[in-house]
Amino acid sequence: MSLILAIIALGAIGLIAALLLYFASRKFAVHEDERIGQVGAVLPQANCGGCGFPGCAGFAGACVKAADAGSLEGLLCPVGGQPVMEQVAEILGMAVEASAPKVAVVRCNGSCENRPRLVQFDGAPSCKVQQMIGMGETGCSYGCYGCGDCVAACQFDAIHINPETLLPEVDEEKCTACGACAKACPRQIIEVRLKGPKNRRMVVLCNNKDKGAIANKWCKASCIGCGKCVKVCEKFEAITLTKNLAYIDAEKCKLCRKCEEACPKGAIHAINMPPRKPKAETPSIPNTQSTPNAPTQNVEPSKAE
Amino acid sequence: MKTFKIGGVHPEENKLSAGQPIREAQLPKQAIFSMFQHIGAPANAVVKKGDQVKVGTLLGEAGGFVSAPIYSSVSGKVSKVDVALDASGLRRMAVTVDVEGDEWEESIDRSKDLIRLSDRPELDAKTIVEKIKTAGIVGMGGATFPTHVKLCPPPGKVAECVIVNAVECEPYLTADHSLMLAHPDEILVGLQLVMKAVGVTKGYIGIENNKPDAIQLMTEKAKQYPEIEVVPLKLKYPQGGEKQLIDAVIGRQVPAPPALPIDTGAIVQNVGTCFAIYEAVMKNKPLIDRVITVTGKSLKHPSNLLARLGTPFSQLIDECGGLPEDTGKVIGGGPMMGKALLSLDVPMTKGSSGLLIMNDKEAKRAEVDPCIRCAKCVGACPMGLEPYLLAKVSELRDWDAAEQEDITSCIECGSCQFTCPSHRPLLDYIRLGKSTVMGIIRSRVAK
Repeated sequence: MSLILAIIALGAIGLIAALLLYFASRKFAVHEDERIGQVGAVLPQANCGGCGFPGCAGFAGACVKAADAGSLEGLLCPVGGQPVMEQVAEILGMAVEASAPKVAVVRCNGSCENRPRLVQFDGAPSCKVQQMIGMGETGCSYGCYGCGDCVAACQFDAIHINPETLLPEVDEEKCTACGACAKACPRQIIEVRLKGPKNRRMVVLCNNKDKGAIANKWCKASCIGCGKCVKVCEKFEAITLTKNLAYIDAEKCKLCRKCEEACPKGAIHAINMPPRKPKAETPSIPNTQSTPNAPTQNVEPSKAE
Repeated sequence: MKTFKIGGVHPEENKLSAGQPIREAQLPKQAIFSMFQHIGAPANAVVKKGDQVKVGTLLGEAGGFVSAPIYSSVSGKVSKVDVALDASGLRRMAVTVDVEGDEWEESIDRSKDLIRLSDRPELDAKTIVEKIKTAGIVGMGGATFPTHVKLCPPPGKVAECVIVNAVECEPYLTADHSLMLAHPDEILVGLQLVMKAVGVTKGYIGIENNKPDAIQLMTEKAKQYPEIEVVPLKLKYPQGGEKQLIDAVIGRQVPAPPALPIDTGAIVQNVGTCFAIYEAVMKNKPLIDRVITVTGKSLKHPSNLLARLGTPFSQLIDECGGLPEDTGKVIGGGPMMGKALLSLDVPMTKGSSGLLIMNDKEAKRAEVDPCIRCAKCVGACPMGLEPYLLAKVSELRDWDAAEQEDITSCIECGSCQFTCPSHRPLLDYIRLGKSTVMGIIRSRVAK
């Protein structure tokens, strides 16, 4: 008898609990937009944060919200790039505008040859630690420390220190332009720039904002803020000079390479461009200068084509 | 004998220049005055190129309340007002003066006569603080915190005593020691001035027992002032830390930040600062020179030099026998907390207590091994922190964890790194973590 009683009692409790749970789950149900899951499925799931949101789930949520608001503008998964954004747009029934691919660029060419080491740093191997202690191993207050905080920050194995120049080099094929290296650099040397047509671009490979005399003294490849490049680019107005440092606006640049010729220090580099045909009338000075200051990120010209 | 309660280490003393009398350094040919010689807002240069200046002429006015003015320590012509490399390893605003002769401002009393507090009964607390502020005096133990700020406790906090920091726990340095032997009376008057400025009736002078001659001399001289007591302290690094000294002398502990040392009722001033206060108030002399120890095992004549601020370090080394051939590193300050210099052409500043020349062998850092969890650093930390953990979370950039583990309490004394058998660069990472966490806290408060 007691056995049956126990079964009935337990059964009744179970039934009541089940009913309670049923109503509670109906009443407090959280309706998640199923599109978030769908968008999340096409994202790379690298959770790198390069898009500016906390991981891929955060980005998926932001995409759905933006789609409801009417536009996906400004949202880009730097890892997946255009193909992934197209898939996302398809799921959300939106049209995605073409966004130009970007790449990280190390704006320093202070190799051992161009920028001699004056002292030796023997503390903890971190750029940020060096920054607290002072100017670093060279006389340049703006150049690369070479300890590799950017290398540690990269999740895609796309940036490495070249043992000869002691400067980081970006592997353009692997770089997803997530910007983690740019954030890790205590001197803001790394810039995420437009890749440019056929991966060709003009870049000032220098970050030195000191006056010309100081910049020139400590590094052979520094921008001295002379403004010659600004003058030759008057037509396109792509180059601006702020705080003794030239900057090329990638959107305005027409890749005419006049600034490269004009730069007396060889600080402006044409990346992934075919070598120039030597002109008979030009003096050989720019050529001899460009040899030690060869671009650090050059891939073979054939590949660039 | 008294000392602080937790942690501490015993580095080799190496006080090579102990007992050397203070020698006056030669005038430099060119003096460079950085506008960043103190903690707080930098000074603003008030001279321009071509101006004639005398010893004691104002070069830069204080840039705020937590700031200090800067005076010329030489006479001559201003040749440059531009950025220059300083001892911090950065290019910052500085005034360069080409030295011509040695002409002093007339307001400065250059006589050597001792003026006692009883000779100047008209001095009140406000005048004393004002004079200290105008003279540009900062903490001369090395922290360079503007002294007048310390003498104005925030509302609600009451000072009970003044402690003079004559510990000089850094190995090699003997600047404070030699100053005590040379000017004991002036230092005592300086202490009385500080006591009057903050309105307390008790003063202590804490001296470590590796300076028996200074303890004896100061005790004897202090007999005429019943309110001043000389406290001999047991040798232990970092006893010269403000919080450690308060613990050692009056047995009170400073609570964790944001509490200040004043919360224990104590105001700590360095010996050098007391001497500068005496000169500023009684002799009207702004802070233009200081005693600096130039030392090193390979250096010919380790000395205590009275040098004008702005003198390039290279000249001070030349006066002590020149740079030895086997020099590996030159450190501004002592070996525990000092900072290696990038160049010898940088000038000495208000906080330069020493210049240490290390030979190749000493300068080389030992190879870093993995942490073996021996917890020696935990035992050595005078603040009761866990240095191995703080260094690790800082290395991994886990700032939240660093804040939770109280990284802001670190006094950067370097005891952990000194004691580490694996030679791990603990302090490098802790400093990084501390400065980052303090930045995060500041921005949070600002919101």
